[in-house]
Amino acid sequence: MSYTVSMTVNGKAVSGDVEGRTLLVQFLREHLRLTGTHVGCDTSQCGACCVHVNGTSIKSCTMLAVQADGVEVTTIEGLANGDELHPMQAAFRENHGLQCGFCTPGMVMSAIDLVQENPEPSEKEIREWLEGNLCRCTGYHNIVKSIEAGAKAMRGG
Amino acid sequence: MTATGIGAAVKRVEDFRFLTGQGNYTDDIDRPNQTYAWILRSPHAHAKITSLDIGAAESAPGVVAVFTGKDMEAEGVGSLPCGWQVNNKDDSPMAEPAHPPLVIDRVRHVGDQVAVVIAETRDEARQAAEMIVVDYELLPVVMDMAAAIEGGPQVHDDVANNLCYDWHIGDKDATDAAFADAAHVASIDIVNNRLIPNAMEPRAAIGDYDTATGDHTLYTTSQNPHVIRLLMGAFVLNIPEHKLRVVAPDVGGGFGSKIYHYAEEAIVTWAAGKIRRPIKWTAERSESFMSDCHGRDHVTKAELAMDADGKFLALRVGTLANMGAYLSTFAPCVPTYLYATLLAGVYTTPQVYCEVKAVFTNTVPVDAYRGAGRPEASFLLERIVDRAARETGLSQVEIRQRNFIPADAFPYQTPVALQYDSGDYGSTLDQAVTTAEIDGFEARKAEAAKRGKLRGIGYSTYIEACGIAPSAVVGSLGARAGLFESAEVRVHPTGSVTVFTGSHSHGQGHETTFSQLISDTLGIPMESVEIVHGDTGKVAFGMGTYGSRSLAVGGEAIMRATNRIIDKATKIAAHIMEAPEADIEFKDGKFTVAGTDKEMAFGEIALAAYVPHNFPHETLEPGLDETAFYDPANFTYPGGCHICEVEVDPETGVVEVVSFSAVDDVGRVVNPMIVEGQVHGGVAQGIGQALLEGCRYDENGQLVTGSYMDYTLPRAGDLPSFNVGTHATLCAHNSLGVKGCGEVGAIGSPPAVINAVVDALWDLGVKDMSMPATPEKVWQAIQNAQ
Repeated sequence: MSYTVSMTVNGKAVSGDVEGRTLLVQFLREHLRLTGTHVGCDTSQCGACCVHVNGTSIKSCTMLAVQADGVEVTTIEGLANGDELHPMQAAFRENHGLQCGFCTPGMVMSAIDLVQENPEPSEKEIREWLEGNLCRCTGYHNIVKSIEAGAKAMRGG
Repeated sequence: MTATGIGAAVKRVEDFRFLTGQGNYTDDIDRPNQTYAWILRSPHAHAKITSLDIGAAESAPGVVAVFTGKDMEAEGVGSLPCGWQVNNKDDSPMAEPAHPPLVIDRVRHVGDQVAVVIAETRDEARQAAEMIVVDYELLPVVMDMAAAIEGGPQVHDDVANNLCYDWHIGDKDATDAAFADAAHVASIDIVNNRLIPNAMEPRAAIGDYDTATGDHTLYTTSQNPHVIRLLMGAFVLNIPEHKLRVVAPDVGGGFGSKIYHYAEEAIVTWAAGKIRRPIKWTAERSESFMSDCHGRDHVTKAELAMDADGKFLALRVGTLANMGAYLSTFAPCVPTYLYATLLAGVYTTPQVYCEVKAVFTNTVPVDAYRGAGRPEASFLLERIVDRAARETGLSQVEIRQRNFIPADAFPYQTPVALQYDSGDYGSTLDQAVTTAEIDGFEARKAEAAKRGKLRGIGYSTYIEACGIAPSAVVGSLGARAGLFESAEVRVHPTGSVTVFTGSHSHGQGHETTFSQLISDTLGIPMESVEIVHGDTGKVAFGMGTYGSRSLAVGGEAIMRATNRIIDKATKIAAHIMEAPEADIEFKDGKFTVAGTDKEMAFGEIALAAYVPHNFPHETLEPGLDETAFYDPANFTYPGGCHICEVEVDPETGVVEVVSFSAVDDVGRVVNPMIVEGQVHGGVAQGIGQALLEGCRYDENGQLVTGSYMDYTLPRAGDLPSFNVGTHATLCAHNSLGVKGCGEVGAIGSPPAVINAVVDALWDLGVKDMSMPATPEKVWQAIQNAQ
């Protein structure tokens, strides 16, 4: 059985026919071809699929597409304004907060949500927040630095 | 140094696409009219297949085809090849059992490939796979290496006692004689724990067959697409190179686990030709755990003989190395030529003898994992040196200083084949001691004690061999390929440059580092340089990225091709400016005629090369496009010192890494930001091995650590920030002076961490600690000691 879902993704109204079991991440990647949101595990541990739903970060592998009917979704593709990066994206670039890039979209989306909740997080708070985002390349050192810098930039420098 | 030249911390050019979700990983690619594959995997560690019924699956909704091992065998599909032959002590070749991409009639590890279902959607393929009826006759399982070589159940009927090879290196008699004369002998038993690499991008492969031309294309998550083309084309599927293109686009981490030519690559390529449609396969993480190659898994006994002054006389080592159920691409060389040859370490130990038995068990194949053999060597050495210091009463610094190869002793020939070209181990240790503020340790320990914590400090002074590798050397040691690298530097008419490299970036930032080489050498902006890699259809040849070889081998190939560009451009400049070639100078992107004011910019020469209106064509060809194949003269030898401080909570056994300092000699540093990032990542994986990670099977061969809920990948909260620095001595045999930085962190750090844990617990009577030092294990060790 298929269901029609409609939502706003990165400011644009979209809709599509999905199966009941279709995950939000599958809808984003396979129906909308927004492949910046990644799938790194099958147990909702890695966080590579983090997006914002109504402004809050969620793992899009833990939400069915039908549950997302009517919501506003922001993915990694929706952050930059053309070539102008979001301050958190820019901070990751400035601080070498990414290597292979696979965990990066989820890291950035999660980090923005952290700063929305806690504008001036400590290193410890950042490390605790990232419990649900795995990275195998960076050892997290530069991700933490990036988020500290990104938080500062989001506060207006 | 220019802003984008060698030595500058240039921000990475690849980051924009990754940060904006525009990376192009294999699973992001869809081909027109694509189908999806699902691999049916064995739930048993060892079983005979008595019947395999695919009838219901074939007629399930959406199914296009179902294939088994017998279908592939009937079409002459070959065995997955091993890239390295190690010989036994008696010079006979290792045992090399067949490894069909889909099993024929027997499964040998949980996750072994039984059949492939191809359907219109992934869900349909998966559902149909569940309709395949397999009757398994369970066979006895062999998991323990010691049992395996002593008459345990046979993994392969044609491999007696499951022994892949029985190999050795060094002078046994001289080593034994040195032990007979020793004033003191330290000994230690070591288990180097099996790890699951866990690149964040799961493996994926897309087979595509062009019915018009008969060309095959494979998109795959590989560190070495040309090697895959060679292995799969020549040995498995019999497709010649000109009809087979392998593309490894953006790849989300490798760490060695994406070297191996995996079964799924051959399956989708072959099956796409059969069904004449593209086929995509993407691993779920659960499949990754049970089908990506694993790493490490050694059991070792080591002894160190010393004289009365603590000078090392000899090292004697015996190791069992787990190969898993089949040989992966590089497995045989990891516990031999990448391990035992490093056992002199940074020390003047005159005699080293090591024997290694490689063993088949009912486990996932083992292959290279970050460091590959060298972490096992450094862990053994730095643990036994730590033990020797404790037993002789020398300090950890003193015992090392007494035994270091002196800075003026290079080139230094070790007793185990390698010749080190450069290093200064005393200085890296001194710098690390300063960085780690050793002077304050006792005060920090006393302060921790007030909080009920046991604080310990651990040292590791390691060496590794990378920049893999001289073809002549590895060829004589059993490598079935050369390990050179190729580069093409193509200068376009307007002066911009495209570099085609056989190295492959899966996080290392080659697009930035290699552009810096070109910008520095040709004096052009980085924006005028494009780096192309990962596509056999574009890059002439390549051996790929592993063994920290990209800059030392691939970068050097780029330098050679670039120097040929300058030579050719000099000829063009001499012709146009009507001067002898010997008078042409090239500096800062300009060709000048010595002693005159004549000059031409690099871009002007480039244009002239493609507008050769008055070239003397007999002596000067148009165009500006040069290729180089570089084969290094030796390995490179990064080394360094890692110092770790931990605090142990004796109530819970929890170990916290409270500081970690690393000073690494990676040779000349092209981009310090990237080098530091590589060290951070390596150290994190090393701390993971030491404290958190360990693959576990139960006695029936079931993988117990099969997900992120069971296998402890380091999380941000498990790690501290790191103090990293470099102390460079230049590589003596490449023009850049570079050594390699990708693996040093994972090689140097595990013994530093465990030595720190042992230091914290030594006074309680805990003499040893195996990896991973989990809270349970540490707590139990404390209880047992009391």
